[in-house]
Amino acid sequence: MAKSNKPIIWGTFAAGGEVVSLITPVIIVLILFAAIGRPPSALGYEQLHAFAAWWFGKLVIFGIVFLSLWSQAHRLRITCFDFGLRADGLVATVFYVLAGAASLWLILILSSI
Amino acid sequence: MSRNPYVREVSPTTWFFRMPRYMRYMAREVTSIFIGIFTVIMLVGLARLSEGQVEYENFLAALRSPVSLVFLLLALAFALYNSFTWFNVAPKAMPIQVGEELMPDMVVAGSHYVLWVILSVFVLFWAGVF
Repeated sequence: MAKSNKPIIWGTFAAGGEVVSLITPVIIVLILFAAIGRPPSALGYEQLHAFAAWWFGKLVIFGIVFLSLWSQAHRLRITCFDFGLRADGLVATVFYVLAGAASLWLILILSSI
Repeated sequence: MSRNPYVREVSPTTWFFRMPRYMRYMAREVTSIFIGIFTVIMLVGLARLSEGQVEYENFLAALRSPVSLVFLLLALAFALYNSFTWFNVAPKAMPIQVGEELMPDMVVAGSHYVLWVILSVFVLFWAGVF
């Protein structure tokens, strides 16, 4: 059977698309509250740190950020193609390497909280 | 093979200006740029959180710059557009068959909208916005 990375990439694209559509707008709203100087209590240092230190909180944060990274990396690759950047192999490599590096960074950050 | 094959001229960079539906497609594509940048902002925020209270408070303070505020408002608009378009194609992407019939588009898209509202209200409540 031919091996292909498509199911993995597509899996994160589909799952990520769903998660991003459901949760990203409300997270942006929370950050916007902080940006106008009224951070909601969950964005306070103590609360957010406690949430990220809890195993379930880590899991939620990891799920959201990991899926966002990979689904948007895949979408940015397609967007580059649509805007006329036809070096798809190079573009794909750059975005997937960036997503991989960011995922590693995410794991390091979460394991240090 | 004909000697003069018909070559349709399509510009790789400006093709989407030809039809409104192409423009809407590209508007959806552009949302990935904003959501991608926002994901990096989340990641940086988490990194500052892991470094300590002072670093994290500085991150929150940096969010208050005008550039950040404009970016976040644009990102919210694009993220909402992304959500609406994603839920609207859900019946096409995930057709659910019940017996002989496909579930009506309204039900599949509608249940996504209901879930979206419940989840958003829950997060706002959990975060202490109200």
